[in-house]
Amino acid sequence: MKPLNRLFSTLLASFCALSAAGCHGSRGLPAFSVPEHFDDAREYELTFWAKNDTNKIQTAVYTDAIKAFEKLYPNIHVNIRLYTDYGRIYNDVITNISTATTPNVCITYPDHIATYITGQNVVAPLDELFADPEYGFGGSELRYDGPDAGEMIGKFLDECAIGGVHYAIPFMRSTEACYINVSMLESLGYELPDVLTWDFVWEASDKAAEQAPDGTYPVNGQKTMIPFIYKSTDNMMIQQLAQRGAGYSTSKGDVLLFGGDTEEILRDVADHTAAGAFSTFKISSYPGNFLNAGQCLFAVDSTAGATWMGSHAPNSDISPDKFVEFEIATRPVPQIDPSNPKMISQGPSVCVFNKADPEEVLASWLFAQFLLTNDVQLGYAETEGYIPVTAKAQSDPAYLDYLSRSGEDDGAHYAVKIEATQLLLDNIENTFVTPVFNGSASLRDAAGQLIENTAKSVRRKETVDGAYFEKLYDDVRSLYRLDQLGERTAPGGEDLGPLPGTSVALLCGIGSVWILMGAYLLTGAIRKKLEENRRKT
Amino acid sequence: MKKLIAILMAAVCLLTLAACSGKEEKNGAADTKGEGVMTYAEYAAAALDSEVVVETYVQNKQSWWDNKATFYTQDKEGGYFIYEMACTEEEYNKLTPGTKIKVTGFKSEWAGEVEITDAKYEIEEGNYVAPATDVTDKLGTDALADYQNRFVSFKGMTVEAYDESGAAFAYKNDVDKTDDLYFKVSKNGQTYDFCVEFYLCGQDTAVYKAVEGLKVGDVIDMEGFLYWYEGANPHITSVVPAQ
Repeated sequence: MKPLNRLFSTLLASFCALSAAGCHGSRGLPAFSVPEHFDDAREYELTFWAKNDTNKIQTAVYTDAIKAFEKLYPNIHVNIRLYTDYGRIYNDVITNISTATTPNVCITYPDHIATYITGQNVVAPLDELFADPEYGFGGSELRYDGPDAGEMIGKFLDECAIGGVHYAIPFMRSTEACYINVSMLESLGYELPDVLTWDFVWEASDKAAEQAPDGTYPVNGQKTMIPFIYKSTDNMMIQQLAQRGAGYSTSKGDVLLFGGDTEEILRDVADHTAAGAFSTFKISSYPGNFLNAGQCLFAVDSTAGATWMGSHAPNSDISPDKFVEFEIATRPVPQIDPSNPKMISQGPSVCVFNKADPEEVLASWLFAQFLLTNDVQLGYAETEGYIPVTAKAQSDPAYLDYLSRSGEDDGAHYAVKIEATQLLLDNIENTFVTPVFNGSASLRDAAGQLIENTAKSVRRKETVDGAYFEKLYDDVRSLYRLDQLGERTAPGGEDLGPLPGTSVALLCGIGSVWILMGAYLLTGAIRKKLEENRRKT
Repeated sequence: MKKLIAILMAAVCLLTLAACSGKEEKNGAADTKGEGVMTYAEYAAAALDSEVVVETYVQNKQSWWDNKATFYTQDKEGGYFIYEMACTEEEYNKLTPGTKIKVTGFKSEWAGEVEITDAKYEIEEGNYVAPATDVTDKLGTDALADYQNRFVSFKGMTVEAYDESGAAFAYKNDVDKTDDLYFKVSKNGQTYDFCVEFYLCGQDTAVYKAVEGLKVGDVIDMEGFLYWYEGANPHITSVVPAQ
């Protein structure tokens, strides 16, 4: 090979190598794959970020689960950090992604995972682990009796898939329920239907909001009465849109929230807020506090908040002298079409963060999967109106016995809690989730903000009309940067991970052609110069 | 020369007087409110959900998060709790105790706590740190609500068992202690709920540690902000043995 040609070859090879390296990205962990061998003689130190509902029994379930797991796997140590707010977990995870200090295992929502996975290999994809014959569901090497793949409730497992890949496992599931002061409803002349409709709830709420000239409410004889209080207004909007068959978002992240149905919903909110019939948790406080004090007719909150509802609620933030005695009933959230009920599926899921050491990830997966064993599932589910996420736990005789003993006491068998649980068990097929994409958490916040702002504006005597809604939509779009949702998955400082091999080859090919063209021109110019010099000499 | 000295001395005297009179205006018995600014009495009388404009002084603050922060503020007549006021982290760091701010927002009530929400602010000239007002004898009376959100003190209170376990206090999060602390104290046979709000006083603060060290039967003096949650629920900033 002539020296000049060798130089070109070397340059070309270097260029291709640099191109390929550049395409692979400069940051991030290698993609996780299940290690062939798990060294259980090694020590593993795991961190587990969990969320509880300010419920000490839940905390105990977590710590007992860790103890039981560490007994089975003495070489794996789990350090728990507890949160009472999903938002804080999300914020801390985002902060820790940038410093590569994410926890190993984390309770989270799929909406949040959609943001985590915009980083390169931040969250471990779990499908390969699910199917692993030794350490997957029902794996031969597991030291505990976990569920096999067929025993996972498919609907709940599907909720943890993003783009066809599972990035989490469900831990608990709940939905929302409407907790009703039946005594008050009947005193207003209504009979409680099996399924509430929005029309019914608004009508009864307006009636309950009527005030006497002295400022008291005849329905309760008190000076405070908020007939209908909604805890999570994002769910209020999302469920109503689903019940109407109206748009919210596409699976790709196209926002459909700001349509005519949304305005109709907001106009209802405005009208009934103006009548004094409606408020929200963010504006007034916990629905259960008002319900238990006889100051609320319909309180919508999670089934996981059932222990805070009722005259004999085992949990309460109000003093005993404020409680009133009343008959309570639990129903699904209000519906548009009672024959086709739709309600949200919610509750914590568990993701496993990727690490440089795949065996550490496998150890994390072993702990995450341990949370699906019956003792943990039943222990946690029975603290509130949650349901277990495996058929194995749901059919456990101990669980069936628990359900059958509703109302035996106001503690473990508190009637409202078990009724709320049963409500979800009876409606699993009527639950739904919203599409998950990077930015879906913001869209959810925006959905709730529309209701919060509308209710606040009415209370503040602002004019709420078409122009108001137009401005509200603009403000909320801007606040949650919904116009940028499509851009968030494009380069914006975020590493999108390695390019596919075909793309690398194509780019290298294009680069090579340009180099060869340049080399051809350069060679010609050098030859021409050499020829001219030769002629001169 | 003598004339020059005399003029200089006169000038110095005038400047000194001016400076003194300014100081007196800032620290005198009552605040002079700016135009369009409510007195505390006007604020207290304002309807819920109405717009309010107050001049007040930062007394303490909870942690900044997501471009929002919550402040305990007070002027010489009353306290104003400002919930999740928009401010950057850089601005938050400037809002130290004593800083005078003009706040425009909406008067709101959440679980009994009267607060200013959706607020914006501007920093003004002036500084005031409120002394603690002893409200021990107001406990259990309707008059206590008049001191809501103010910096107050409670004297000679007896620590009671928090729950049936007999513990003197309870962690909201007893695993890693990164949340509020609750405890109960009594006076004249009546028991009251108190709280160490974690975002105000975290686990490294003296008050957090002091409450962790309480024993049932201890008699203590406390200072803190008279927060309200379904009744009085003071956010305590100091606990010492009764003097």
